[in-house]
Amino acid sequence: MTRLLALAGVLAAVAAVPFSGRDYYATLMLPFFAYSVALLGLNLLFGTTGLLSFGHALFVAVGGYTAAFLASALQIRSLEAMLLAAVTVAAIVALPVGWLCVRYVKIYFGMLTLAFGMLFYSFLYKFYALTGGDEGIPIGRPSLLGRGFGELDKTTYLIGPYYYYSLALAVVATLVMWRIVRSPLGLSLRAIRENADKAEYVGVRVRRYRFYAFVLAAVFGAAGGVLLVVPTGLAAPPLAYWTHSGNLVFMLLLGGFGHFFGPALGAFVFIFLQDQVMSVTEYWRFVFGAVLAAVVIFLPHGLMGVLTRRADA
Amino acid sequence: MTPLLEARDVVKRYGDVQALQGVTLSVREGEFVSIIGPNGAGKTTLVNVLTGLLRPTSGRVTFRGQDVAGVGPVRLAELGMARSFQLVSVFPALTVAETLAVPALARLGRAGRFFASLSRDAAVAERVAEMAGLFGLADKLERPARTLAQGDKKLLDVASAFALRPEVILMDEPTSGVSTRDKTLIMETLVQAAKRLGVKAIVQVEHDMDIVFGYSDRIVALHQGRVLADAVPEVIRADDEVVATVLGKPR
Repeated sequence: MTRLLALAGVLAAVAAVPFSGRDYYATLMLPFFAYSVALLGLNLLFGTTGLLSFGHALFVAVGGYTAAFLASALQIRSLEAMLLAAVTVAAIVALPVGWLCVRYVKIYFGMLTLAFGMLFYSFLYKFYALTGGDEGIPIGRPSLLGRGFGELDKTTYLIGPYYYYSLALAVVATLVMWRIVRSPLGLSLRAIRENADKAEYVGVRVRRYRFYAFVLAAVFGAAGGVLLVVPTGLAAPPLAYWTHSGNLVFMLLLGGFGHFFGPALGAFVFIFLQDQVMSVTEYWRFVFGAVLAAVVIFLPHGLMGVLTRRADA
Repeated sequence: MTPLLEARDVVKRYGDVQALQGVTLSVREGEFVSIIGPNGAGKTTLVNVLTGLLRPTSGRVTFRGQDVAGVGPVRLAELGMARSFQLVSVFPALTVAETLAVPALARLGRAGRFFASLSRDAAVAERVAEMAGLFGLADKLERPARTLAQGDKKLLDVASAFALRPEVILMDEPTSGVSTRDKTLIMETLVQAAKRLGVKAIVQVEHDMDIVFGYSDRIVALHQGRVLADAVPEVIRADDEVVATVLGKPR
């Protein structure tokens, strides 16, 4: 009950941000929604199944590029169509990639996902006709549920209708993932994480379910990718670069991958911390490196670990 | 009666080493069979071959007439055979109830459902409660496995194999690593559970001769990859060769 109240409180606060008059902070919430969705997928793989992917940005990029391609090449404006296309393409890409990757575990899995991510990054650079090369593909303002909102200027659109659309999508994605984690598959995946050998002997199809987790993760990654490119108006190669995957892993560790809401908290803190530190020093990566080291050493359960320990005490 | 599980002339070679040199063995319905033998006799290799984990170099292993060579653990469970290992193996962070739900879901063919509610699955809950009751874990359902005492971990480990509702269960030293006091408790518990669940046969590898002679219907003594003797306990006890090589001292 306390938890539900806390969640409702957080949701109300998030919904109130556009009314605070601080438009800038409202725009910073948009990548937070996008990353929250993408990280639900990454954490299904890592937190639930025990497979750490260093190539999740591949699927974020697949999502972003699919949306931008639809907008630019096919003149499709509907965000729902973009989302549907993005998750479909991501699932199709994840079939062969996942099929290969889940044959390996631990560092081999991590490196293989990293390699596929970089392969896609190179593809984005080289296939200019399809991807726009280093310039990427611009994406205009998509329509939301059939409405174009042409009368609004860009910021009003983003912190108005788009803000609530993103928030709603993040909430829906979270509910769906909540259900997945608590499904029979979710339990089987946790059993695989805990002891894959034993899981097999109690009838769990380890490799098949790891594959399911991989494809589901890709789908959430791509949905997050669509939300991510709309505010910036561009799908560009850095989306798929390995440091982007690294950032996603950082967010997981920062928030705490052992907690369902840890990744979202990690995304939130990451985005606002990055914003603050970047405005102070150009050496923000240095600061972030130090923060990451400190988190790993002092907060192995992430910020959520600190919060929930306080709450339990 | 045709045997449930049968090995015929099974040979298993690792390079130059012959771990099994033509083992023939059958397990019939209703039997509790113990495999004994000194270290290196090939006991674990035999269990691995019987459960399809290892392919025999030559010879055949059949379960209900079907070849099980190299079938893999999941298929094995589907066929109706379960196995537990010498070292206690649990899912440390999963609770007792969750641990028992994993095989129950697998047995019901629901383990891969990703958009169904687990907590509302009455059939799974019922099986979990039944298993926990049979193995004396009913008051520890919400305890993570890693917090259990060693004896309870062993019970949970064995219970999760039983939760597959197998026809035959093969156990590699079910009482290893637990105190003497717990040994009897574990054996009593699993024999009772096997009866209640309709398990048709139990095969175990065991070193503790009190347990071997106390529970077995039949004993298979292995020595250097061969069957030295295959008989009821009374005959084994009277067999001087077995007593000398396997038991190590006259009884």
